[in-house]
Amino acid sequence: MRDTALVEDAGVGSVGRLSVCRMRLSSFRCYGSAAFDGDARPVVLTGPNGAGKTNMLEAVSFLAPGRGLRQARLADIDQRGSEKEWAVAATVSAVGGPVEIGTGRDASTPRRIVRINGAPVSGQGALAEFVSIVWLTPQMDRLFLDGASARRRFLDRLIFGFDAQHANRVSAYEHAMRERARLLKVGQRDDRWLSALEEAMACRGVAIAAARREMAGRLAHACAAGLGPFPRAGIAATGHVEDWLDEGPALAAEDRLRLRLAECRTEDAEAGRTTIGPHRSDFAVTHLEKGMPAELCSTGEQKALLIAVVLADARLQAAERGVAPLLLLDEVAAHLDVGKRRALFEEVRTLGAQAWLTGTDRTLFADLEPYAQFFTVADATLRCAA
Amino acid sequence: MQEIERLIQLLARLPGLGPRSARRAALHLIKKPDTQMEPLARALAAAAAAIRTCSTCGAIDTTDPCAICVNPERDKSQLCIVEEVADLWAIERTGSFPGRYHVLGGRLSALDGIGPEDLNISSLVARISAEGISEVILATNLTVDGQTTAHYITERLEPTGVDVTRLAHGVPVGGELDYLDDGTLTAALRARRPL
Repeated sequence: MRDTALVEDAGVGSVGRLSVCRMRLSSFRCYGSAAFDGDARPVVLTGPNGAGKTNMLEAVSFLAPGRGLRQARLADIDQRGSEKEWAVAATVSAVGGPVEIGTGRDASTPRRIVRINGAPVSGQGALAEFVSIVWLTPQMDRLFLDGASARRRFLDRLIFGFDAQHANRVSAYEHAMRERARLLKVGQRDDRWLSALEEAMACRGVAIAAARREMAGRLAHACAAGLGPFPRAGIAATGHVEDWLDEGPALAAEDRLRLRLAECRTEDAEAGRTTIGPHRSDFAVTHLEKGMPAELCSTGEQKALLIAVVLADARLQAAERGVAPLLLLDEVAAHLDVGKRRALFEEVRTLGAQAWLTGTDRTLFADLEPYAQFFTVADATLRCAA
Repeated sequence: MQEIERLIQLLARLPGLGPRSARRAALHLIKKPDTQMEPLARALAAAAAAIRTCSTCGAIDTTDPCAICVNPERDKSQLCIVEEVADLWAIERTGSFPGRYHVLGGRLSALDGIGPEDLNISSLVARISAEGISEVILATNLTVDGQTTAHYITERLEPTGVDVTRLAHGVPVGGELDYLDDGTLTAALRARRPL
């Protein structure tokens, strides 16, 4: 029996809440089958290492467009030894009302299949209309230390929450870039063909850089306000194309990128890569109090900066879209001191976001006890732990 | 059983059919040999024997040149460029295009190894001057490859002086603005026209 007053306090039942209230997994990673039945409150999954907590978060991540929080190949998600292909079915309480989402792998197609309210949809993009998800995983702890591509992907995923078309632009740009690279590699110097591809790269590339620049600006504004004990973060999208957008209008930036791509053909052919464009941009984060780039901060400070960015994004989504995204926070609590942990839980509560948190020890989530629903995960079985 | 397996394998290669649906289709044909299977087999054999590719436009018909190319009622000044025969059929179904067509036979794709020499582009350039065409309408798909192909053809046709237009992008007939994606709506605003 749930405590109604506490449920109300957590904001459950209010209009505009995004939450997963029912989910069924089939042949998904370690789960032959699994059932989640809950409500809009934050979800805490506790259990030993290797029990299947992150797999549950990964299943939730497939309710939004993309390759999920592990970026896995579809076939790798099938339960080992199972003949069946994986599937996730969920009832999501979205802004306009409940939505039935079904997704999974079908051997007859290389793409993830998606059904919304029982009807098949042609692309995953349709999911963005109903579900927005932001996640933090232990693999992202090295985000500021690893190469720029991981940071670009992180920023792009934040943009998808506001602009579903951004994914199409990135995909189209990368496709044109690969086409151009192939032509240069095989020595096919057809100027008309190359310029047609560079035209496609220029218009999409500037749109991508503009979206990143705008998102970074909005995040910077939200982060500068500060959030309890989390550090204030300076955020910027950096790169040649972003600089050109600072200096002049987008059309001028398109012309410059088109020209530079044409000029770089020989250099790119020799280098075996495309040397200019938004695929070379970066997402720079600074610890404002210390005036220090994130990559030079301590491990704990980097984690706190990352959480600050994610929470700022959730705040922006809540303010602009009228609904906070689902937050998937894998093993986040264990690495935070008590003050920051409390601040994180308080922010989740204030946002009214359904956060899915994992950890090995339930006591870490003691401050969430009145406001969250607890489940234990052991031997690939999910059990309600009221 | 060998013949049935062979039938299922061949059906499974058709677009839109996987192994399961191919098995269902094969079973459906097997259950109705007189009304479904044999007429289909005869139709397939007859079509295979009669089908020709038009040497002028690249369309598929039972005659060469095709019925559209030899039709005196068609407007000879307009030429619509499509990637595949299916696109030509889609436009013909509308009954709204009076001109003739040119089928490229694909789209430029370096990753798939399809270059300009693999498409019917040289024959297109030759047709422009030989047939007195005044307008070329590019109806390639709105994919990166389709748009790259359109851009490439525009440059190739520049020396001929022919007018090059492309299909409008925007609000579909019967569409509600609230349901349109941002990209389509932006394209529609850019391509607005006076009433």
